[in-house]
Amino acid sequence: MLKALNIDPGKCTGCLQCELACSFENEGVFNPSKSRIKVFNFHDQGRFVPYTCTQCDEAWCMHACPVDAISLNKLTGAKEVNDNLCVGCKVCTIACPFGTVNYNSATGKVIKCDLCGGDPECAKACPTDAITYVDANWTGLDKMRQWAAKTDAGQQATQ
Amino acid sequence: MAWARRILRVNLTKGTCTHEPLNMDWAKRYLGQRGLATKYLTEEIDPKVDPLAPENKLIMATGPLTGTCASTAGRYSVITKGALTGAIACSNSGGFFGNEMKNAGLDMIIFEGRAKAPVYLYIDNDDCRLLDASVYWGTSVWDTEEGIKEAHGDPQIRVASIGVAGEKGVKFACVVNDMHRAAGRSGVGTVMGSKNLKAVAIRGTKGVSVDDMPAFLKAAAAGKKVLAENAVTGQGLPAYGTQVLMNVINETGALPTRNHRDIQFEGASKISAEAMAEPRESDGKPNLVRNAACFGCTIACGRVSTIDRTHYTVVDRPQYQKASGGLEYEAAWALGAATGVDDLDALTFANFVCNEQGIDPISFGATVGAAMEMFEDGVITTKETGGIEVKFGSAKALTDLAELCGRGEGFGAEIGLGSKLLCEKYGKPELSMSVKGQEFPAYDSRGIQGMGLTYATSNRGACHLRSYTVASEILGIPEKTDPLVTEGKAGLVKAFQDATAAVDSAGICVFTTFAWTLEDIAPQIDAACEGEWSVDSLLELGERVWNLERRFNLAAGFTGKDDNLPKRLTKDAAKTGPAKGLTNGLDKMLPEYYDLRGWSKDGVPTNETVSRLGL
Repeated sequence: MLKALNIDPGKCTGCLQCELACSFENEGVFNPSKSRIKVFNFHDQGRFVPYTCTQCDEAWCMHACPVDAISLNKLTGAKEVNDNLCVGCKVCTIACPFGTVNYNSATGKVIKCDLCGGDPECAKACPTDAITYVDANWTGLDKMRQWAAKTDAGQQATQ
Repeated sequence: MAWARRILRVNLTKGTCTHEPLNMDWAKRYLGQRGLATKYLTEEIDPKVDPLAPENKLIMATGPLTGTCASTAGRYSVITKGALTGAIACSNSGGFFGNEMKNAGLDMIIFEGRAKAPVYLYIDNDDCRLLDASVYWGTSVWDTEEGIKEAHGDPQIRVASIGVAGEKGVKFACVVNDMHRAAGRSGVGTVMGSKNLKAVAIRGTKGVSVDDMPAFLKAAAAGKKVLAENAVTGQGLPAYGTQVLMNVINETGALPTRNHRDIQFEGASKISAEAMAEPRESDGKPNLVRNAACFGCTIACGRVSTIDRTHYTVVDRPQYQKASGGLEYEAAWALGAATGVDDLDALTFANFVCNEQGIDPISFGATVGAAMEMFEDGVITTKETGGIEVKFGSAKALTDLAELCGRGEGFGAEIGLGSKLLCEKYGKPELSMSVKGQEFPAYDSRGIQGMGLTYATSNRGACHLRSYTVASEILGIPEKTDPLVTEGKAGLVKAFQDATAAVDSAGICVFTTFAWTLEDIAPQIDAACEGEWSVDSLLELGERVWNLERRFNLAAGFTGKDDNLPKRLTKDAAKTGPAKGLTNGLDKMLPEYYDLRGWSKDGVPTNETVSRLGL
């Protein structure tokens, strides 16, 4: 079963445990500035929104890469950057409509979410289940179930 | 490594910024943050110095766990000789500033001297500069933070700054970071203002590591599990925030009301967590927008709120119609019960103003309560207050005074003296509900006896964050004790004081101790830091920090006589609730406490105690 990250901003408290986990998995240190998932704080509206790569099927970053450094991991569906091939040209960062591919000036390579090879650390670290790793075909299932409960007036149960 | 092993010394008089290595011998004896910075401060300043003189220093300090993935590990403290008290001051703040400071490779920033003109410190990793802050002088915390981010074109900068109150010498000014997180008590923002230092802006991207990473990840994960499974940190605080306490403490008969005249507030339910979650009649929306966490915190007790747009405080004032921080329990109590005001929107507004201009809502609200009592007694009149009817229960008086105090203007500037100086000024010193010049927080020590000893002996003046015996006496953590008796409280207070000093020195939040004991904390520190860190060594560290602070205060001129409570709490019996008929039995607890501490009967650490702790 192919899985995908599912983000529910309504549950996010803005604690950045996901950024700590991501940076530790990928950089070996706790460093939110190097995280591939970012939590945005819209202070005036009281909103916290985690955001990361959506792993598009027709990945713009992958198609735009002139040296074929970005490839599909068929097992996870992640579009992964091969550091040995990446020349740091940043064309993928321009191509990505969502800004989720970024340049790491310390290494001269681009970085993006690779789903941690199929076991994303951000989802494991999230204390509120704002980030979960679920069946890619049913990312909306939880939300759907909640709405189903709300729209059903409970007639069956009472009849 | 857990310690960045580097401090930044900023001489404001000379305009210099110099990195120097952290004294690792001291780090291994005082850990970090509160303990380590107190060691530096007490070695570097004369205890008798005027808090507002250039010779006083101000230290911002992180702990070894700050910036790691341990739950709540985003704290930093501001340590100085307090403007409100003249005692050692250490105010702790959450938000995201501490993590940014650690990621800039800094354990501490030591500010000394005084700048000739307003400046702010800008740090981009190793690049540290003092920049002209004249455009921000006279502006709020909110405008300063937004202005600095815009000026540097970097929304990811974290800013800690003072508002107008800190510039104007309001005695209980805070240092506020991330718009609504504050190093709140004892006037640390006032000291910052006296140095002509408006703000510290940091961008840090270096990363934080620890000594034994596999052991640390395991210990940190175990800690998070304990927090998640605990009723207080896993359910109560996430669901209701600290405001979960409002109705509980009121029913206990320990909610100080109208300047401690009463200990139960008839309006408590209107300003409680439950009321915050209730939809308003006007727009159907509740006051509470959502929960918010500080850096790395898996509890998320923070609240984000809005004010009803039709409320008198915000009509035609869009800046206050947006969501912002609050209400927390202490602020809701001080702005509400202490003043007799039960208008939730007015409290939220006053809280916004406290954040916006950097004033401590506890000292502010409590001082307004004292002013209201003097007004009702006819000691002060509208002549002194500039026409404001400073009556108990007046929401308008509260919100007007918040704005005036935040700007250091009119009668607000007199409120800004704090209750001790204000009451002395009008010949009513007995009406100041304070210890060592700092106003009480939200627990009446007639209804919770251990808090009387906590307040009386707190090194930074009356405070609930030095030994929160409420945990034991009301919530039964780690074990239930009777709040109405004095027996056993001396030992309880000492144990809480020592453990809390260790927690405050680590870089984590004291709220974790609703669930964590030092048994949960020691493995995290031990894995993160070099050396052997155990429950016993942390308790000894806490005791060392406590005695170090005590010795500073004694050298500053405080004596055992300052370990006291206002007569209202020791002579006037509670009128209602479970504590009816009781006063606080401080005189029964204090001698035993001194004895347990290894202090003389005058409250001075004996030579034996000093040498045992290696002070």
